[in-house]
Amino acid sequence: MVKTITVRKGFDIKLKGEAKKRVMDVEIDSYAVKPSDYLGVNPKLMVQKGDMVKVGQPLFYAKENPRILFTSSVCGQVQEIVRGEKRFIEEIQIKASKVQESVSFGEFALDLMDKEQVIEKLLQTGLWTLLRQRPYAVIPNPESCPKCVIITAFSSSAYAPDYNLLTQGREKDIQMGIEVIKKVANCKVHLNVCGKNTTAPEILNLKGVQINRFVGKHPVGNVSVQISRLDPMCKGDRVWYVDIQDLAIIGRFFLSGRIEKDKIIALAGSEVKNPQYYRVRMGACIFPLVNDNVNSQNFLRFISGDVLTGKSIAKTGYIGAYDNLISVIKEGNYYEFLGWIAPGLKKFSFYRTFLSGFTNLLPFSRRKPVEIDTNMHGGKRALVLTGEYEKVLPLDIYPMQLIKACIIGDIDLMEQLGIYEVDAEDFALCEVIDVSKTDIQSIIRNGLELIRKEMGE
Amino acid sequence: MKWLRDVLDNLKPNFEKGGKFPWLHSTFDAFETFAFVPKTTTSCGAHFRDALDMKRTMTMVILALMPALLFGTYNIGYQHFHSINPSLAFFDGFWDNLWYGIVKVLPIIVVSYVVGLSIEFGFAQWRKHEVNEGFLVTGMLIPLVMPPDVPLWQVALATAFAVVIGKEVFGGTGMNFLNPALLARAFLFFAFPSSMSGDNVWIAQKADAFSGATPLAEMMIGAELPSASFWDMFLGIMPGSIGETSSVAILLGAAFLIITGIGSWRIMLSVFIGGALMGLTFNLFGSNPYTQIPFYYHYVLGGFMFGAVFMATDPVTAAQTNKGKWIYGLLIGVMAVLIRVVNPAYPEGMMLAILLLNVFAPLIDYYVVDANIRKRMKRWKIKGGKNV
Repeated sequence: MVKTITVRKGFDIKLKGEAKKRVMDVEIDSYAVKPSDYLGVNPKLMVQKGDMVKVGQPLFYAKENPRILFTSSVCGQVQEIVRGEKRFIEEIQIKASKVQESVSFGEFALDLMDKEQVIEKLLQTGLWTLLRQRPYAVIPNPESCPKCVIITAFSSSAYAPDYNLLTQGREKDIQMGIEVIKKVANCKVHLNVCGKNTTAPEILNLKGVQINRFVGKHPVGNVSVQISRLDPMCKGDRVWYVDIQDLAIIGRFFLSGRIEKDKIIALAGSEVKNPQYYRVRMGACIFPLVNDNVNSQNFLRFISGDVLTGKSIAKTGYIGAYDNLISVIKEGNYYEFLGWIAPGLKKFSFYRTFLSGFTNLLPFSRRKPVEIDTNMHGGKRALVLTGEYEKVLPLDIYPMQLIKACIIGDIDLMEQLGIYEVDAEDFALCEVIDVSKTDIQSIIRNGLELIRKEMGE
Repeated sequence: MKWLRDVLDNLKPNFEKGGKFPWLHSTFDAFETFAFVPKTTTSCGAHFRDALDMKRTMTMVILALMPALLFGTYNIGYQHFHSINPSLAFFDGFWDNLWYGIVKVLPIIVVSYVVGLSIEFGFAQWRKHEVNEGFLVTGMLIPLVMPPDVPLWQVALATAFAVVIGKEVFGGTGMNFLNPALLARAFLFFAFPSSMSGDNVWIAQKADAFSGATPLAEMMIGAELPSASFWDMFLGIMPGSIGETSSVAILLGAAFLIITGIGSWRIMLSVFIGGALMGLTFNLFGSNPYTQIPFYYHYVLGGFMFGAVFMATDPVTAAQTNKGKWIYGLLIGVMAVLIRVVNPAYPEGMMLAILLLNVFAPLIDYYVVDANIRKRMKRWKIKGGKNV
């Protein structure tokens, strides 16, 4: 049975440069795995520079839990191991070879396997790392037990890719993925789709899941918001979640016995000449996609993920493990003469203190996409305005109080105020509209990390 | 504006670490960011930010205060000449009135800003912070709640008291728990009552023969109704503090604050509801003339309207939660009317009511947030029970 859930609060950001609905193939030979994509993982290398690796061969494991392996998505040679501060491994770069060889995982059939065998298979192949867990947004412990699993099949953020396109022709893979998940986690599996835009039969015809149609503005696509409406978190609860494209990769493996970490990603942004979709493999270098495809007059910021929560990468950087979007916007490193008093016909603002806030109200210019850049538009200040975060946070949480509890690192208070129900990404909109220019996401992330360490997870 | 940028870029190294005047860094920064929005870009979290910053937020409040200031300035001139010649109509001698008002009001504004900003800059420098914009609003609010004849040295003293004791000792803008502008007024009210009360201070250099009592004072001493009509009071044609008399001008500011999304409509509305509730209660049970006036008279008397729109809504000192704002506002309305009508020692109940509720705002928030915590704990408990 399909359930429809409406979320009232939120704020949609419509930006210039959305991806056109066509999928291109592009040749890429450089790939990388970035341990920092996996929160809370302390990587322990299993390969060295110059080693040849096959598809599915482990590159490193998590020190906290050596069963969790991280495998290569391509066959080739380890070109460079980039280390950062305190010698933390930032990137394991691999140059793909012409012929792609795979590690063999033997013969198996899902029907004949028990739960432990399936989990072992997922861990061995590194596909386990496609799953994530709330609270903390980390890879779940294979010994833990979730209270439900959420498959996310839409995004509500800026430049959100169209999942109807992303899942094209992958119904069998996804259905198999669902069977795998059901075997691994004996609990309810939710498939959350967009009430307005999801039309693909590949998604809507899936069996064995509870389909929930979510209607509302961003952050309705965030897992926390969906959990709060389906089955609110309590202390000690765990919810697993997985993106539907990643689920298709898992399903594909159990159907064909091969690891094919291929997915479709969107390239979008005001600075992209031809914003469109590309078929790439996980960890691909974005350079071939953006090289001749961006306005080169401006300073640009390349973001793996969306403009609210994504990570800044170089033009020659690599797409993040869980991302299916590359955004490119202008850098805002300019001075603006008396900018704080300017009428602001073209400025992006949540408030109506600029003329742009009113032109958008006129019927003919309604929902006109705006252009943004990375300027802070002001200096950092103490928290002064109140009641604004609440307008863009559709959770039963007092955001200002929770933020302050995280700043002072009061674990009891954080728990009481509902830290388990949120992730940093839920506060992205609060951060954007904050007049005091506070970096709220990192405050929440630090709070979550503190509590995760305290809990020994 | 390239040349100005160049000048600033040339000067900048002098004020940085290792330069000639590193101790003036905050001051330089304040002027630089006044001229140019800095070129800082996002380094973590969301990659873009709202174009609204604290400077513009505070500027919006100052803009909202402009109708009250302009009307107040003119009204001071008019009230002065009116006391000399009671047959003078409101628009007679327009330029004379306006000029007289400017001469009276401008020095008060200048004193308030100079004293307040000097202290702000000093503290910012000392703490090595950026100068906060909060005082831009406070510095305008202080003159607007002063009587036109207030001595300038008293304005200076009150401003200094408000900024140092009301704000900076707690860590500056955003950390204070009492509204600094109201604190300045309360300071004068208790320290120099002769400049802040009575019949002689509300009209600038009043002619001796003219009574000069504000409608609020008339009610205090037992009038049936104020001598000014409701509409005169609504328009603001009466003696009083510089910016507080005209409800029309204040409501224009209120509309501006609500449309821009900067002022809290919850607080404004709930203050009015609170005032109405208390006014109606007095209508039912009261025995003297003051208790019998229609509740909406309270809105246009004294500083009620100004307090509701500009003072109670100060986000730093008000309740922070939405539910809390309703309770906070309601109680301000109730207390303001209660103090006015029942306590003859304090004609201006609004000021005291807001300061009182400023003190209680954190407590109100505490209980609102506590309710949320309890709800969560209850859910955990039920869940835990099921598991066992």
